[in-house]
Amino acid sequence: MPVEPSQLVQIDYTPPRAPWPGAAPEFRKGTYSHAGAAKNLKYLGLPNPRDWQPASLDWKLPENWREIVLDGMRERLEKYRSFRLFMDICVRCGACADKCHFYLGTGDPRNMPVLRAELLRSVYRRYFTPAGRALGRLAGGRALTVDVLKEWFYYFYQCTECRRCSVYCPYGIDTAEVTMVARELLNLVGCNINWIVEPAANCHRTGNHLGIQPHGFKDTLDFAVEEIEELTGIRVDAPVNRKGAEILFVAPSADFFGTPHYYTLLGYLMVLHEAHVDYTFSAYASEGGNFGMFASHELMQRLNAKIYAEAKRLGVKWVLGGECGHMWRVLHQYMNTLNGPPDFLEQPVSPVTGTVFENARSARAVHICEFTADLVAHGKLRLDPARNDRWTVTFHDSCNTARGMGLLEEPRLLLRAACNRFFEMAENTIRERTLCCGSGAGLGGDENLETRMRGGLPRAAAVRQVKEARGVNLLACICAIDKASLPKLLDYWVGGVEVAGVHELLANALVMNGEKPRATDLRGEAYV
Amino acid sequence: MVAAAIAYLGFAVFVAGMVWRVVAWARVPVPFAITLTCGQQKSLAGIRAAWLENPWTRAGAACRTALEALVFRSLLRNSRAELLPGPRFVYRGDRSLWAGALLFHGCLLWVLAGHLRFFLEPAPFGKANGFVDAGLLAGLAFLFLRRVLNPRLRYVTLPSDYLPLALLATVAVSGLLMQTDVAAVKRFSLGLVTFHPVAPAGLGALFYIHLCAASALAASIPFTKLAHMAGIFFSPTRNLPNDSRARRHINPWLGPARVHTYAEWEDEFRDKMRAAGLPLERE
Repeated sequence: MPVEPSQLVQIDYTPPRAPWPGAAPEFRKGTYSHAGAAKNLKYLGLPNPRDWQPASLDWKLPENWREIVLDGMRERLEKYRSFRLFMDICVRCGACADKCHFYLGTGDPRNMPVLRAELLRSVYRRYFTPAGRALGRLAGGRALTVDVLKEWFYYFYQCTECRRCSVYCPYGIDTAEVTMVARELLNLVGCNINWIVEPAANCHRTGNHLGIQPHGFKDTLDFAVEEIEELTGIRVDAPVNRKGAEILFVAPSADFFGTPHYYTLLGYLMVLHEAHVDYTFSAYASEGGNFGMFASHELMQRLNAKIYAEAKRLGVKWVLGGECGHMWRVLHQYMNTLNGPPDFLEQPVSPVTGTVFENARSARAVHICEFTADLVAHGKLRLDPARNDRWTVTFHDSCNTARGMGLLEEPRLLLRAACNRFFEMAENTIRERTLCCGSGAGLGGDENLETRMRGGLPRAAAVRQVKEARGVNLLACICAIDKASLPKLLDYWVGGVEVAGVHELLANALVMNGEKPRATDLRGEAYV
Repeated sequence: MVAAAIAYLGFAVFVAGMVWRVVAWARVPVPFAITLTCGQQKSLAGIRAAWLENPWTRAGAACRTALEALVFRSLLRNSRAELLPGPRFVYRGDRSLWAGALLFHGCLLWVLAGHLRFFLEPAPFGKANGFVDAGLLAGLAFLFLRRVLNPRLRYVTLPSDYLPLALLATVAVSGLLMQTDVAAVKRFSLGLVTFHPVAPAGLGALFYIHLCAASALAASIPFTKLAHMAGIFFSPTRNLPNDSRARRHINPWLGPARVHTYAEWEDEFRDKMRAAGLPLERE
């Protein structure tokens, strides 16, 4: 990162004197993501594959690009009530303005959610409302030009679809809905980013975002099994594509290869072993996350379809899902609609406690925190929280599980059981008001680092506060993107705070039946 | 008779426009259950769910929407963020918009209800008192001044945002300055509602201004952001229960996905899978 934090934090919130809309944005290195590579677009069958970059003058758009975009807009106005309504009812009261982490981190007025939506709304007015067609600019309308399209690209790939602004909106206007439609429109003319389309293409082909082929997937799990045996003396089972298991377990693929994600994987394996759960992984559905969601509803559906298809093929009773934010937005709010009904599955029942997961009776997918919180609540796991005493822990709610699900207390129940020292961050920065890591919705590429550090500033500042007040040195979370992006963010702004999954901490504290005296935690470091 | 024509026109455009507006929204499907959850979900027996902030039932979602519409609950959460050295953010609770908005809308509703005395015999209740009038003007002034004085808000404000404020101010001020001859207005308004319009006798210029501005305001509602009064009830982030895993939400336009099937996948990786000892569907 070329810019020092002391420099980056000089943020000017004064809006420009000239009225909105201003000039087209400047594509400055570090503030935007690279264009989607042609090979990935071709693989997925997406429109207009070509070599181009956002900073170049000519975006090589199809000749009739304006017609394509406007037709696409008309189609979506007929398909999404949310989009139609949110184009119509905003009164520009400004309640959302300083709720966006990108606005707080950049001071760029077009990052205020009201203006982010207005980028699209102005075009909507010009072409689709009587007042805008007749009066143009006077009625807040704006012609669709290449500059406007570039502005859309810049700002809709500078929104993490975190939905924090919507919490404060008196009409519930959800910028994520606007951004999702805007990105669909951009995708119609081939304007997407590689950090989204490459994982999506990988996932389509191999089953996971990282492009890990089935044998590699199995190798990783075998390696994890050996590592657990070394740590605990216990050989756990990690079956892949096993027919007849009771449960299909799906995690974000970063858990198999990323750090610190990997320790969470060890955690899952240990907890599921200790609870004698009869489950299997799948190499075909080896991805819970869904980067298709960041491109279009259609691509989300295509990638997500593998989970139910594989559950059916393997003959499992229900699906258990790992720690991941947007994966759970999809599994909770979209999967059943997109690829259900999963009537070949059964209503989820915990084989250990007999708890019937009433809230998942139709989609038949349970969050691992729901499952293990139920185990802990029933006293089915022996825990020694002193094993986590080297950590003073805080919890970062991931946007999607907080605001798209309401999974707030389950992970906290686990952390309180697994750690002796757990402290919350400031009230305005947790639960439904949680602040995004700044790298969600496909924006986690390294070329986009300045924007990510800026977007993550409010979160980092809240961590810094709880570090100074309580001595926090570990941030726990339940999101793969968080685990990938927060270590860098916290190093940059805070220092001395590490990142871990909830199931890593739970497995640290887990006293396994017949285990050898454990010398180290899952990271191979001495207890306390 | 011009006055009656204007009143009829304003009212007709309002009603027809509102029907068009609401039908236009209502006929667009809600393809996904995109509830915005602001509290604990219903999950395990030992964890208390937030029935209002994260409604599990339709009744809960209806309460949530109703409270949004009636008391602007989301605005109660509002805060102002400030960046301090450290870097540190402070978020100070800020309920000024909530209070100002509630004052304005509440007083407007009260004054409107007071107008029933011109249409019903006997009048259900009297005219709104001076405090209400003052509240309405204060609310309007607040909504206007914050747009002008707050640089951020000034920046996001469109020219068209001042139009409803100007119309409202005209209606309110002309109404207040009028020395209302209740009997005269009543003759006129009862003529309107009984479809036997009469010319407004003995009413001054202020009455005409009041009537014209009010008619223009009413006519503009369906075509401007003032449609938010109906839109709030359609907002899918607020009016849907958070039960998408317990009840399948149906999307009427969804087609089947172009999926990379298991068979295609196994075909590509069969040899590697066999070598790794993974089970195969076809050897």
